[in-house]
Amino acid sequence: MNSRERILGRVRRALVDVPRDDSPYEQAVERDYAREHGDRSVEQTVELLAENLADYRAIVHRTDAEGLAALIAGLLDKRGSASVLAPPGLDPAWLERTGVTRVADRVESTPAELDRVDSVVTACAVAIAETGTIVLDGSPDQGRRRITLVPDHHICVVRVPGQVVSSVPQGLERLDPARPLTWISGPSATSDIELDRVEGVHGPRTLEVILVGED
Amino acid sequence: MSGTYLGMPAFPEAAREAVGNETLRGNLRHATHTIRAKRAKAVTEVSDWTELREAGKRIKDHTLRHLDRYLEQLEESVTAAGGIVHWAADADEANEIVTQLVQMTGESEVVKVKSMATQEIGLNEALEAEGIHAYETDLAELIVQLGKDRPSHILVPAIHRNRGEIRDIFRAEMSEWGRPAPEGLTDTPAELAEAARLHLREKFLRAKVGISGANFMVAETGTLVVVESEGNGRMCLTLPETLISVVGIEKIVPTWRDLEVFLQTLPRSSTAERMNPYTSTWTGTTEQDGPSTFHLVLLDNGRTDTLADEVGRQALRCIRCSACLNVCPVYERAGGHAYGSVYPGPIGAILSPQLRGTGSEIDASLPYASSLCGACYEVCPVAIDIPEVLVHLRERVVEGGEVTREGNKVVLRPAKGHAAERAAMRAARWAFTHPGALRTGQRAASRTRRFHPRTLPGPGRAWSGTRDLPPVPAEPFRDWWLRTRGGKDGAK
Repeated sequence: MNSRERILGRVRRALVDVPRDDSPYEQAVERDYAREHGDRSVEQTVELLAENLADYRAIVHRTDAEGLAALIAGLLDKRGSASVLAPPGLDPAWLERTGVTRVADRVESTPAELDRVDSVVTACAVAIAETGTIVLDGSPDQGRRRITLVPDHHICVVRVPGQVVSSVPQGLERLDPARPLTWISGPSATSDIELDRVEGVHGPRTLEVILVGED
Repeated sequence: MSGTYLGMPAFPEAAREAVGNETLRGNLRHATHTIRAKRAKAVTEVSDWTELREAGKRIKDHTLRHLDRYLEQLEESVTAAGGIVHWAADADEANEIVTQLVQMTGESEVVKVKSMATQEIGLNEALEAEGIHAYETDLAELIVQLGKDRPSHILVPAIHRNRGEIRDIFRAEMSEWGRPAPEGLTDTPAELAEAARLHLREKFLRAKVGISGANFMVAETGTLVVVESEGNGRMCLTLPETLISVVGIEKIVPTWRDLEVFLQTLPRSSTAERMNPYTSTWTGTTEQDGPSTFHLVLLDNGRTDTLADEVGRQALRCIRCSACLNVCPVYERAGGHAYGSVYPGPIGAILSPQLRGTGSEIDASLPYASSLCGACYEVCPVAIDIPEVLVHLRERVVEGGEVTREGNKVVLRPAKGHAAERAAMRAARWAFTHPGALRTGQRAASRTRRFHPRTLPGPGRAWSGTRDLPPVPAEPFRDWWLRTRGGKDGAK
């Protein structure tokens, strides 16, 4: 008998007390918890996202489609970034105002090469207001998971209000589990030393989120 | 479970030593009180906490009641997504599987994201014995590993260390493992975190094999979930070519939607945050993004034995948030090491003796490592009735009875050292059913109370060694009642 059979056999013997007609999944779990917390207008939801992002030390900026390229150029300039990584599907217009060296997101690029990149700019899949979370799903405008991990500075663009939901349940609903997902709530942080929160351990130490209004 | 903690003294001895350590108690008091207050605030932010807690409990209960079906479904969906599933009945088998998988890659170094399951099976030691170095990359785990220490908390394993101690460990030990601590390192948390970042980065960037656990596995989709804060999880999960995840079979949830409950309750209960900084989910392998080979090792190691106990089974609902540790008055004073297990605190007191059996002295003592105050049950986000299971396990220790060990039903003999307790209980039963004898005894006790010793003689010494004997009143309650109320209230 292999371990698979052994473990499954043990599970079945352990559950002899469970009746065969035990409630099916749909009935076993009552979902009378809230789909979202509170009653907010669309503007208020976006406002809450901005507040919660900032509360977890993300730097939040707001602009419209026209101002986006200039804002990104300004942020890279202010930080003194010499190189910026952009996923292949990123709207080229977003980076047209910056003169910073553009690095492509290549399969062959090693982590050490990524480590030498100063900044990365991506879009996102969805943003969750109640928790101040942006979610990346590896779409062409967000790139592979490693590009938003190794460089120290991440600029993430969220289209508002289209990409914003209120709550975790609403966020999950929009996401495809088959894709690799990265949920980001503020910059990398640790509370391991006397429970003092310190931003910046292994992930990007600076997270800037641009909320760009849709026309 | 592994032999990592074998030879540990039983809880009362270990706790006595810990309670005398002022630094430890200070570190623990500060930490548990800080997080306790923060957590309470994070929970009040969501108006439907009660409903979320109930839903979490029901999802987990339902899954456990049909675990065979969900395990098979998970295996199928992980395989369909390009993963390879292995089954490990115990710690040795899991270690063997992981060691072979690493050896097949030809690598002699692995990076690890913090995992209770791999600590439980003693994976690092098993790998080391085969010449494979495992680097812990969670900051607290790094502190523990460099300090040749043991974790003392589920969520913040180095909670027993203060910043000065951490600086000393970094200065003394980092160079042995790789990049040394920066010159003039001070004890500010920011500098210490920076030192860890530099030290670990060189390991992340060259790692070919990553090892993780998982917080959840979704049967329906084959998705694994890891929640973390530092980004070391993302590093281990996405940079290496091979990813090996060792996960307890109880970590399953049926559907993708179920995550909506736990991704709300886990961060608030554990780190007292609305959401932890990073959550990663992956479903098998994704072409050109992340590891090209993914192995999932499904671990039993006592879980099916726990499942067989209808009262104790609920311990498998645990999502390892550690809220119960932070509210426990016993944990706060004794610290995590006294529990002699990777699972300390109230949850450890019920989980360890079930996973390992109550055969050893430490495991037989764990159900007593509690004041039964119930605070742990109160905060548990999946409503595990820890006091109920503690009492149930105490009964098992004292009375023995039928239990399941490695899948087989065995009859447990009463644990050694509890003979006096059994005798006392039997005597009490006799006395309470013989009121005349009880009255005589109580009067005699009151009259002689000035001559009573502070500690018990003979087999009772162990009991009074950790407790003060209650003073005997000058008059038995029954006599007092008769004297003050007996004639007035019309009592017969």
